[in-house]
Amino acid sequence: MATTKQSGITRRRMLGDLFKTACGVGLFGLGLGLYANRASSLPAHAIRPPGAIPEDDFNGACIRCGLCVRACPYDMLYLGQVGQDIPTGTPYFIARQKACEMCEDIPCVAACPTNALDHALTDIDDARMGLAVLVDQETCIAFLGLRCEVCYQVCPIKDAAITLDRQHNKRSGKHALFIPVVHSERCTGCGKCEQACILEQAAIKVLPQHLAKGELGRHYRLGWEQQAKSGGPLVSPDPEHRYNLPAGMEYDHAGEGLIEKGGTAVPFSDNPLDTLNQQGPLTE
Amino acid sequence: MLILNILLILSYWNFTMSIREKPLSPETQGWLRAHRWLIARRLTQVGVLALFLLGPVAGIRIIEGNLSASMTLDVLPLTDPFLLLQSMLSGSLPVMSGVIGALIVLVFYALVGGRVFCSWVCPINPVTDAAAWLRRRFDLRGNSALSRNLRYWLLGLALLFPPLTGVLVWEYINPVSMLHRGLIFGVGGAWTIILALFLFDLFIAKHGWCGRLCPMGVFYGLIGSGAIVRVRAAARERCNDCMDCFAICPEPQVIKPALKGAGEGVGPVILDRNCTNCGRCIEVCPEGVFRFATRLHNVS
Repeated sequence: MATTKQSGITRRRMLGDLFKTACGVGLFGLGLGLYANRASSLPAHAIRPPGAIPEDDFNGACIRCGLCVRACPYDMLYLGQVGQDIPTGTPYFIARQKACEMCEDIPCVAACPTNALDHALTDIDDARMGLAVLVDQETCIAFLGLRCEVCYQVCPIKDAAITLDRQHNKRSGKHALFIPVVHSERCTGCGKCEQACILEQAAIKVLPQHLAKGELGRHYRLGWEQQAKSGGPLVSPDPEHRYNLPAGMEYDHAGEGLIEKGGTAVPFSDNPLDTLNQQGPLTE
Repeated sequence: MLILNILLILSYWNFTMSIREKPLSPETQGWLRAHRWLIARRLTQVGVLALFLLGPVAGIRIIEGNLSASMTLDVLPLTDPFLLLQSMLSGSLPVMSGVIGALIVLVFYALVGGRVFCSWVCPINPVTDAAAWLRRRFDLRGNSALSRNLRYWLLGLALLFPPLTGVLVWEYINPVSMLHRGLIFGVGGAWTIILALFLFDLFIAKHGWCGRLCPMGVFYGLIGSGAIVRVRAAARERCNDCMDCFAICPEPQVIKPALKGAGEGVGPVILDRNCTNCGRCIEVCPEGVFRFATRLHNVS
C-alpha cells in the first residue's frame, strides 16, 4: 500500500509540474507569437533585395545570416536591428539612400543559403523588388511643365520601365508636359528613380507591389483585346461611325481639325497673306 | 571557425596529455595551466568573432555572414542547422549550399560534442560565464527553481512556430544569433536583451540561460548525443569530494554519474549530452581526476 500511495503522489506531482510547465511555456509562447506577429511587418520604405519571395514567406525562409549584405558589391543592403521597425536580422534597402544597381550576376541571390532570395531568379530584369509610383503629381516638376526627366534618364530599363508621355500643357496653352510613366510589367523596383528624384522628398517612390498595384476584377475582359484575339466583333458588327459635321466640312487627315470638303489637307496656304486675308478686312 | 577549433582542440589535447602524468593542484600548477582550457576557449571565441569581423572592419574577406550561415574563402559554406531546420519547417525549400553547410556543422558537432558550440563558439558564453563568475566571486546564492528541462520545451516551441506561423519567431528574441549578428552588422537595441540576460543569470537563476532555457544549446546537445570527444573521470578513485568541479561546472548534473558511478558499474566517461566539453572540471580539480578522452572504452 505504501508504495502505491507514494507512487500516486509522485504521479500527481509529476502531472502537476507538467501542466504547470506547459501553461508557463504556452503563455510565454502566446506572448512571443503575438509580438512576432507585430514584429514581422515590413514598413513600405524598406525594400527587400532582388528575388525576395513574398513577405509572409520571407520571414520564415530567411535565416538572418547577412550573406546577401556581404555579397552586395555596392554595400546598399542592411540587416534590421533590434528596435528598428524592420523584422530583426532581415535584409532591406532604402531606395532613397542607395538603390539597387541590378548586377547582372545577382550576387546577393547567389549568396543566399536558403530560398528567401529565390534562386530561380537568373535575369535581374525579372526582379520585382517593388514598383515605382509617381506618388505626387503636385510637386513633380514634370507636371509643372519643366523638363526634368531625371527619373526617366537614370532608369536602367528606360523607355520600357519608364517612358515619357507627352501631354498638352493646359496652363501655358502652348507647351508640352513630359510626364514620366512607370510600366509595371517592366519595372523591377530597383529604386534608381526614387534615389535620383531632384525634389526634397521624392515625388516618385518605390512601393511594395501590394501597395502600388490595383487589381481588376477577375471577370473583367478588355473588349478591344478580346476583339483582337477573336479577329472581329464579339457580339454584332459595330455600326459604321457617323459624324454630324457642319455641312460641307470633313475631318482632315490627322483627325484633329475640320476642313472644307474637297479642300486641301493643310488648312494654311504657303502664302501667309492668305491667312491674314481670311480674317476679313480690319475694322475700327 | 571549424579549422581553428580543431587546431586548438588538438594542440591543447596534446598539451594536456603531456602534463597529465602527475596530478597538480591549481595552486601548484600555476595560473596558466589552471586556466589552459578557459584560455583556449576564450581564444577560440575571440578568434571566431575576429575572423567574422575582418571583413567589415579591415576589408579582409575570409569568413562572410554570421553564425547563422557563413561562407569561408568562397568555398566552405557553414549553416546553423537549428536555423535551417526552422526555415525548412516554415515551408521553404533549402538551397544546396545551405544544406551542405548544415551537414558539415552537424557532422563536426556530432563528433566533438554538440555543446562544444556553446562553450567554444557561442558569443553568449562569455556573458553568462561572467555572470557565473560574479556569482561565485560575491557568493550570490539567489536561484529560482527553473527546471533544466525547460529548454526542451522552449526547443519544441521554437520548432513549432515556423510551421504554425510561417515565421522564424524564435529569431526575434534569440540572443545568440542576435549578439553575434549585432557585433558584425550593428548591434542596435540588442544590447538591452544581452544585458537583461546577464542580469537574469546573475541575480535570478544560476546558469539560467545556457543551462535551463536556451533551445539552441539543447538542440546542439541533441546533435552531440553520441559525440566521440568526451570528458572522462579517468582517475575517479582519487576524488576527495572537494566539490570544486561541481562548483565550476555549468551543467553539474552531468558529472555525478561518471564521477561517483563506480559502485553502480557506470563508466567514467561523462556521456550526458549537456556536457559542453568546456574542460573547466579538468583544470580546477586538484587531484587531476578528469581529462579529455573519447567515449570509447568506457570502463575504469
